Amino acid sequence: MDLHELEAIAERELAQRPRLRILHCSATGCQASGALELKRRLESLLAEMGRQTEIDVGAVGCLGLCGRGPIVRIEPSGETFEHVKPDDAAEIIAALDGHACHVARCDQNHPFFTRQLLIVRRHCGLINPDRIEDYIAVGGYRSLYHVIHEMTPTEVIQAITRSGLRGRGGAGYPTGLKWATVAKSPGERKFVICNADEGDPGAFMDRSILESDPHLVLEGMAIAAYAVGAEQGFIYVRGEYPLAIERLQKAIAQARRHGLLGTQIFESGFNFRVDIRVGAGAFVCGEETALIASIEGRRGQPRPRPPYPAESGLWGMPTLINNVETFANVTAIIENGPEWYSRIGTEKSKGTKIFALTGKIRNTGLIEVPMGITLREIVEEMGGGTPDGTPVKAVQTGGPSGGCIPASLFDTPVDYESLAAVGSIMGSGGMVVMDEHTNMVDVARFYMEFCKDESCGKCIPCRVGTVQLFNMLTKLRNRQAHPSDLSRIEELCELMRETSLCGLGQSAPNPVLSTLHYFRHEYEELIGAEGDHGS
Amino acid sequence: MAAKTLTIDGHLVSARPGETLLAAIREAGITVPTLCHLDGLSDVGACRLCLVEIEGQRRLQPACMTMVSEGMVVHTNTPRLQSYRRQIIELLFAERNHVCAVCVASGHCELQRLAGMVGMDHVRYEYLSPNCPVDISHPRFGIDHNRCVLCTRCVRACDEIEGVHTWDVAGRGVNAHVITDLNQPWGASTTCTSCGKCQLACPTGAIFPRGVTVGERPHASERIALIVEARKQRW
Amino acid sequence: MSRLRIATIWLGGCSGCHMSLLDLDEWLIELAARADLVYSPIADAKRFPPNVDLTLIEGAIANDEHLELAHTARRHSKIVVSFGDCAVTGNVTALRNPLGSAQNVLQQVYIEHGDPGGVIPHDPGIVPVLLDKVVPVHQVIPVDYYLPGCPPSAPRIRALLEALIEGREPAADIRFG
Repeated sequence: MDLHELEAIAERELAQRPRLRILHCSATGCQASGALELKRRLESLLAEMGRQTEIDVGAVGCLGLCGRGPIVRIEPSGETFEHVKPDDAAEIIAALDGHACHVARCDQNHPFFTRQLLIVRRHCGLINPDRIEDYIAVGGYRSLYHVIHEMTPTEVIQAITRSGLRGRGGAGYPTGLKWATVAKSPGERKFVICNADEGDPGAFMDRSILESDPHLVLEGMAIAAYAVGAEQGFIYVRGEYPLAIERLQKAIAQARRHGLLGTQIFESGFNFRVDIRVGAGAFVCGEETALIASIEGRRGQPRPRPPYPAESGLWGMPTLINNVETFANVTAIIENGPEWYSRIGTEKSKGTKIFALTGKIRNTGLIEVPMGITLREIVEEMGGGTPDGTPVKAVQTGGPSGGCIPASLFDTPVDYESLAAVGSIMGSGGMVVMDEHTNMVDVARFYMEFCKDESCGKCIPCRVGTVQLFNMLTKLRNRQAHPSDLSRIEELCELMRETSLCGLGQSAPNPVLSTLHYFRHEYEELIGAEGDHGS
Repeated sequence: MAAKTLTIDGHLVSARPGETLLAAIREAGITVPTLCHLDGLSDVGACRLCLVEIEGQRRLQPACMTMVSEGMVVHTNTPRLQSYRRQIIELLFAERNHVCAVCVASGHCELQRLAGMVGMDHVRYEYLSPNCPVDISHPRFGIDHNRCVLCTRCVRACDEIEGVHTWDVAGRGVNAHVITDLNQPWGASTTCTSCGKCQLACPTGAIFPRGVTVGERPHASERIALIVEARKQRW
Repeated sequence: MSRLRIATIWLGGCSGCHMSLLDLDEWLIELAARADLVYSPIADAKRFPPNVDLTLIEGAIANDEHLELAHTARRHSKIVVSFGDCAVTGNVTALRNPLGSAQNVLQQVYIEHGDPGGVIPHDPGIVPVLLDKVVPVHQVIPVDYYLPGCPPSAPRIRALLEALIEGREPAADIRFG
């Protein structure tokens, strides 16, 4: 494979493509709401009409507005329809011909769409994730070619460093620094791992990327491997994402067939092989050392750091672990240059972040927004507030490791430091909106139940602390708590935060601490007169 | 490589490069509580009792898995650490059914001793009182899961010293428990050599020789280190 | 100096802690010189009296009678000591907790491991009603001092009593079992 062949594939693809196209979302959300049946109806209808070659029915990736699926987009007009039922197939074809169509249209001028800035999701909804030709037609694998033939590994790392990209898995560690550490760490072999063990309740950004644009992640990984000197990569995907796994498998096979993965990529000396490892359902395997243990075939549980995986990771070798979204940012940085990227966002948080906007919100779905946008803009403008107009009370970011931010702080800009300053975290991108009817003790209890079930059981503060906290919150919920229980809850939260072995246990108290901080009265209201010592 | 000089609780201490902080602390005659650590076995940093404060580091670090470095300033027994250690022991006592009065290891038990060491005279948390099984299918040994603290010393002794790996951990969270082979009764294990090293390594009365009663199981964990040393020196 | 009023109560336990108290032998005579035993299983008092200086509670809280007596003792005592492992941890008395609720425990004891055709005794007002869960004393009333041990040895009991009688803070003395 060389650049000319790549261009030839792109040209051929664009030339063959029918002018009239019906593109339907084929990601998990829309499949669940009936996208596949709709596709069958469209195809059989077109076959009856004898127009199957004239009009292309194409599966594409996620179009974002998951709460209103299935979503269909027609070309060349670009009109987008929501809640499309199989019975609407004829109407959609009519719309393509310019006739009247009664299927509800997505308002593309709504802030939900206009406030977005698509970098990672730029191909989502435009290309068929099952076809590498589609990816190549939108410029895919050009960055990898450019990097291999025109940049040294050091230059690649410098570009990533200058872009200001930070890890999208939640902690926000500078990506360039991590790459440089792996590159400089001595080791006979090095590895690149893509962490696709997305497990936060309410978060599905990574799934959507993998289901919509798997090659983007593969190309990002290959560029990273070139930069750090790795020849083997692993994608650790949770087993609950069968569609993402299937598309990744297909994408890897296609890329290998085209010489874009494997040995002597683009006829250079660079080799890179990617394999998939499927997680078995443990949330803690999203923690990097547990993930590594799991890939090694051991029990998925964390170990103390240091040493960090960058020095001693998979089988003791220097290992680069980045999240799906982090890798998905790489090609855009190479394509447009680090300066372009670093102009987006805030001083310390560059680029965009994808959020899964869920909960009591009118527009449920995925949004990619520039860092620095305020929570108010996301929740009120893009999300459109609560479905029934009840005032929004808080938004939970960062899943079980994050916190609840009250509506009074909605002018907080969304960036790593600002969210941490109000007691939450950026996290991987879950954003759960809560209205006035949501009880915050229930919220804290929900997340603690999650952590108690997902604790690996290795260290004592997390293993037993989560259960004790859950029991105390349950007691509180049942109005059986004593006033002293509140200070005991805080004491136990501190113990877990300070002494747990890994991030799961250290951050498990966050939902409790943040709700206690902002909504303490809701806890106090539940402390009944009849305490244990109520003699 | 040169020896390292560090400050532990205000005392200047020298340590060998590559040595753990725990070794240096002990050599300095300072006692730090430990549970999952056992001389002769690899460390896992799971019990969190040996956490210490290291100046300039944001997080507490387990002494058993932290390597000494030049100029390190370490505090091993601050009020904060004392409070955390007490709470950890409380959590352990509340987790399963530790009834010293009817335990084979009473008087020789590390958990029992730790309670005294960290000043834990009562447990403020609710006892979880789980219903744990006792496996006495093995002809020579038994395991009472009520007394297990999941230190995994048996797992490591079996794997690292005996080289058999009969023991491992199954389940998550408080449902985690040690198992033999693929969660078969111990007596049905085809890999167990009946060497008894797990029983030597056990800090509580969880693994015990059959036939002993209250207080009769002696504590012999130091023999694990002896075996390791003997092999190294080819005694 | 006015004479101290001391009480001891025996809840869900084997009375071993009281036996250990009796092991103090002649020191009990010294104690009697300074204090009155105003309520105890080894003294003839029907009702827990008011204005008690020091109460030792042996045993865990296992039934409604224990619960009531513990609350009464707390109301009328300046200092309450959890006396022995059952009071401090639940200990052997709490061994039934993993079996589940009181009804489950009775079912197992009287029917499944007893007489399959038998009945579970039920005489409220005569036989105290079991609580679903046996709990240590400090989970139902505030406790001032803890003396674990099964039983605590006589010298340990004496050390604690001497300190409290003299108004000193007792030295930490922790030994379960």
